[in-house]
This record gives sequence, C-alpha cells and structure tokens, in this order.
Amino acid sequence: MPQLRQKILVLYLHTPDLNSNVVAWSMYDGTGNTNPTTGDSDKPPYNTVVEAMQHGWRVVQFPQQFPAYPGMEYSTSYLRFEYILEKMEEIDD
Amino acid sequence: MIDKQYLLDSKQMAHFVADGYLRFDELVPTALNGAVHAEMEDHGIGRGTAGVPLSEIWSPSSPIGSVFRLPEVQGIIHSLVGPDPLYDHHAVHTVRADNDRGQHWHADAIIDTRMHFDIQFFYFAHDTPREMGGTMILPGSQYRRVCESDVARYHNFLEQLPIVCKAGTVFVVHHGIWHCAQPNLTDRMRYMFKLRLNPTVRQMCLWNTDDIDDPSIPGILSKNHKWYGNDVRLEIVNRIKLWRFLVGDDKFDVGYWMGRLENLPENVLEAA
Repeated sequence: MPQLRQKILVLYLHTPDLNSNVVAWSMYDGTGNTNPTTGDSDKPPYNTVVEAMQHGWRVVQFPQQFPAYPGMEYSTSYLRFEYILEKMEEIDD
Repeated sequence: MIDKQYLLDSKQMAHFVADGYLRFDELVPTALNGAVHAEMEDHGIGRGTAGVPLSEIWSPSSPIGSVFRLPEVQGIIHSLVGPDPLYDHHAVHTVRADNDRGQHWHADAIIDTRMHFDIQFFYFAHDTPREMGGTMILPGSQYRRVCESDVARYHNFLEQLPIVCKAGTVFVVHHGIWHCAQPNLTDRMRYMFKLRLNPTVRQMCLWNTDDIDDPSIPGILSKNHKWYGNDVRLEIVNRIKLWRFLVGDDKFDVGYWMGRLENLPENVLEAA
C-alpha cells in the first residue's frame, strides 16, 4: 500500500517578497529516492517561492522579521529570508 | 626583506576584501607538487605548535617547507599578515574515492569579531577536476558572524565556487570564509593541504601600494556576489571598514555609504 513521505525544500530569497528571486536553496528528501547534498546544483529549482507553489509545494514556514539589535545594525550572519516548503510524495513500501 | 615584485598589489588586496579569497593557478612547481603529494600520502608532514613562528615549523629541506618558502608564497603571506606570521594549525584534508556526499558548509573556528584577520592557504598538489571536488567556497561570506557549522542547513548558493584547478594551485582565504569539501567521484583519494596563519604586526599597507589610488578599487569593493540578496549594501559597509583598517584611512568611502551615516552635524545656527 502506498505511503506518503515528506520532501522539504528550503528557499532563501532576495527580499521577504515571495515573488523575489531565490539566492540559495536546499532540498531534503524523506522518500529516500534522492540524496541531495552541498554543491549539487548551480541553479535553483525554482526562481521564486510563488513559482514553487505553482508546482505543488506548500509553504510551511515563513521567516519572522526582527529589527536589528542595537549595535548590530551592520552585522551580517544567516540568510534572513528563509522559506520552508513541503511536498508529500507516495512511496511503495 | 622580500622583493617588491612578489608582493600583492592594491587591486588584489581589494579583491581579497570583497571576495574573501585570492587564487593563484599553478603557482607551485611540478616537482614540488609531486613531493608534497607523496609526503601527504605517507602522513609525513609534522604538526607544529600553535603560536610558533611559521619559519620554525618545517625545515627548508622538507617539501611542504619549501612550498611556503617560495618567494611568491612569501609575498602573499607578507602582503596579508606581514613577515614572520605565526603558525596556527595545518590539516591534510582528504576525500576518499567514490564518495558522493559533500561536506556541510561551515566556517572554521568560532565567531570571530576581530578586524584583524588570519589567512588560510588551500593548496592543491595534484590536478583537481570537478568530479574530484574540490573544496567549495562561498565568495564574500567572510564577514558573516556564524559559529562553525551553524550554516550546515544550506546546500547551494548563487555564485558558489568549486575549486577546480591544476596541480600547484594555491588559494588564500580570509579566516571567515564559508567552505565545504565536495564529493570525490573518482577512484583516487583527493588531498588538499590547509594552513592557517596569524599576523604578528598591524595589517596596514603590507603590500605593494604603488596603485593605492587606482580608480578601479571602489568598483572592486562594490562587487555583488548575488547570494546576499538585500544585504549587499551591508556587505559593502563591511568591506569599507576593512579597507579603512588596511590602508589606515578612516575617511575612505565607497558610494557615500559611510559618509552619509557619519554626517552628524553639531554646529548650531545662530538665530536670525
């Protein structure tokens, strides 16, 4: 009997706008059919989050936005506009 | 005293400040590459003590000692961290044959808030085609305040750079640059020799400054590596700050990014 497994796509955007361009990306595959890793693609799988949604990906987490801590206004760290998407796929068990 | 011809120039230094790395293809002679490769295969490179002058770590007769005594390499070292830097550590990094997993992205050591910086050499003693890796670096990531593997969730970035090179190629990177070993799909072990060095002098105008006023420098410092997204202007501010530190000019600016913020008039107009 087919069972569902989760695939996670993480897209990092140029701005918080879901129509802005993807600048970084990661894939995690719970089906076990693929084994994504670092440096495995030079082009993002979708140009925007909205484009991914149009291909069946569901947005499951939005990045919250916080003002910079005093004194940290010009420091950079993690990519700030991180969207997590999922797709459920059938596997043959 | 090192011959000026071996020092970096100001444009190269600006690229280092913007990109976090410099690349020197096939810098090390072929015979020396072969000797170092053999030395790594034999586990023959001795480990030194952190904080000891680099000049005291390996004898001039050893292959790896010869590499870091090459005048071209000495010129790179002098330009970035000055004469007689300290040995921090080295590592012979290997990726075994038929390994299809990339290492996670990381920055070495821990969060480092200094303006002063260490350098790391990535030396490839044998040809490294893409199917062999090599090390992937992320240009422009050196100012990000992250702790080692905190960035391991990321897989890919626009403008990520796999080091694909011929034998003898040397990269020198800022200590903060993000990097990860890439899969090795060949049937041979891949080697990369890494060496971290600490400065012992104030890092100011240690290179050949004849072109210090070159008009291309502001443009070099403004490069957009694309993966920053909306943070690119903040990264330019980081570069302006390091360039000020390096040239000893606290008024240097690019595109008025700092001048605008530093405009804090205190003079009060007389009432009419």
